[in-house]
Amino acid sequence: MDLEEIQSLIKFVAKSGATEVELETGDFKITIKTPNKKKNGEPDTIIQQVPVGIPPLPVAPAPVAPASVAPASVAPASVAPAPAEADSKYITVKSPMIGTFYRKANPESDVFVNVGDDIAEGKVVCVIEAMKLFNEIEAEFSGKIVKVLVDDATPVEYDQPLFLVDPS
Amino acid sequence: MAKKKVTIFKKILIANRGEIALRIIRTCKEMGIKTVAIYSTADAESLHVRFADEAVCIGPAPSNDSYLDIARVISAAEITNSDAIHPGYGFLSESAKFSKICEEHGIKFIGASPEMIDGMGDKASAKATMLAAGVPCVPGFEGLIENAGHAIKMAAEVKYPVMIKATAGGGGKGMRICWDDENLKVNLKSAMQEAKAAFGNDGMYMEKFIQEPRHIEIQIAGDKYGNACHMSERDCSIQRRHQKLVEETPSPFMTPKLRKRMGDAAVKAAKAVKYEGVGTVEFLVDKNRDFYFMEMNTRIQVEHTITEEVINFDLVKEQIKLAAGIEITGQGYEPKLHAIQCRINAEDPQHDFRPSPGKITNYHAPGGHGIRIDTHVYAGYTIPPNYDSMISKLITVAQTREEAITKMERALDEYIIEGIKTTIPFHQQLMQDSKFREGDFTTKFMDDFEIKKY
Repeated sequence: MDLEEIQSLIKFVAKSGATEVELETGDFKITIKTPNKKKNGEPDTIIQQVPVGIPPLPVAPAPVAPASVAPASVAPASVAPAPAEADSKYITVKSPMIGTFYRKANPESDVFVNVGDDIAEGKVVCVIEAMKLFNEIEAEFSGKIVKVLVDDATPVEYDQPLFLVDPS
Repeated sequence: MAKKKVTIFKKILIANRGEIALRIIRTCKEMGIKTVAIYSTADAESLHVRFADEAVCIGPAPSNDSYLDIARVISAAEITNSDAIHPGYGFLSESAKFSKICEEHGIKFIGASPEMIDGMGDKASAKATMLAAGVPCVPGFEGLIENAGHAIKMAAEVKYPVMIKATAGGGGKGMRICWDDENLKVNLKSAMQEAKAAFGNDGMYMEKFIQEPRHIEIQIAGDKYGNACHMSERDCSIQRRHQKLVEETPSPFMTPKLRKRMGDAAVKAAKAVKYEGVGTVEFLVDKNRDFYFMEMNTRIQVEHTITEEVINFDLVKEQIKLAAGIEITGQGYEPKLHAIQCRINAEDPQHDFRPSPGKITNYHAPGGHGIRIDTHVYAGYTIPPNYDSMISKLITVAQTREEAITKMERALDEYIIEGIKTTIPFHQQLMQDSKFREGDFTTKFMDDFEIKKY
């Protein structure tokens, strides 16, 4: 199953209103769950793709694979971009620099933004640390935080997607 | 005898791109060292990114915002916990500032120390150092040119024709040949302007212009214990606008006696500056087989490959070992075979070698006995317009020069690269050229070479 087919399947499932679809073929088993609403109003799509038997050849295009600098394990088709493709009206906030991503100014404070928060242009959404210097990253547009794409205290690279924002 | 402490690196970040990044990754893999590739957004599909253990995108396409941006490179090394950085050639490989910053961050720079780079980077002071060490240099006048009047006095002593050169220069910029006083006055002005623009420093010095020299360089290696050796020569006289096109070893102009004299001079040069790592001492050789120090490159070079093939030696591995504090592998090396390298560029030889970036639609590399290809391209790869035009190095190695040329002809005939223009047809014509085949060429060769229509 290639990335395009998976994307079509997700779109189909989202449209159909079904909450869970499981598909198994000779090589793959794919589970798509779409709870329509989470408690903070965020629509979410969870995908688990488990290769059965022979592992598939990496299908994801090259720009996706190198993004996993973080040691977190990555399924052959990376999870983060897929919902982004499906929800193309959202804007991605991308990292302007290389460093370590933090959601808080310091361990004691609160996170800068949560999922569901409204942000205005210029709002500090996170801090990226490089060479002992902490750089505040500001939003370049306003909207609502739909998803946080990177875990706290994770290394990020240039252009790496950090947040999904609904600009409407 | 005290045991020398040695730490082989666990992870090396390669601060470069293209074929040399891949070259370094390959040797690291063989040595069991983990690799980190850095890349700009334009290089996301590049082979060096795919072959490395980890990869970090460090910026947009322009080199100033990516490969040349020290902060970004160091950040990438930090988040990946790299303990050494290999700078390749070009980019930051001869940046004293970068070497120093690596030092300050506890990352081993696999290259020269900041002091060494500064010493050899300043051409006028490099020359003074060499003279003091007893290495023959191009006859010239010591010190910088103060003004036009001073220049004319210098030229009277050095005798025309003279070459005025930028002290902070390189890559053929800020250099002018002058044939008389009037010529000198005009050229001095324009050269200083060019030097100021290119290097931020318009200091100029003067040398005798060696007419129709050969460019013959000696590969050297030095360790931190004061040992140094040489690995014989490479002839790089086939140049266009000071850019090398073809390199070979041994030089068709070399004799065992000259090799001994030049090799000894190169080792003297290395020891005089306590050189650590691999490097190259470049000489100009005139028709009388008198040789003169030109400059010293404190990095691995594009043409290191041909030396590797004729002595069966991995220079990148040696470079990494030297950086880790291991002794040089030992004695001087003499070429046992003959090797030629043709640099394949994405350029159109029929239109003044203008660059031809774009997508490679079809790619088939030659193979077989005595063929080596160092490249980062493949079918479907798009050459970005932001970097230099070299896409592949085709190397042949054989028992004799004639066989190496024949192999090169055969290999060039097999080499298919479609979708862009390349310099393969130029190399095919060059291999057929009678003067080239006789080994009768100097750095002036390309001035007179005419491309036949194809």
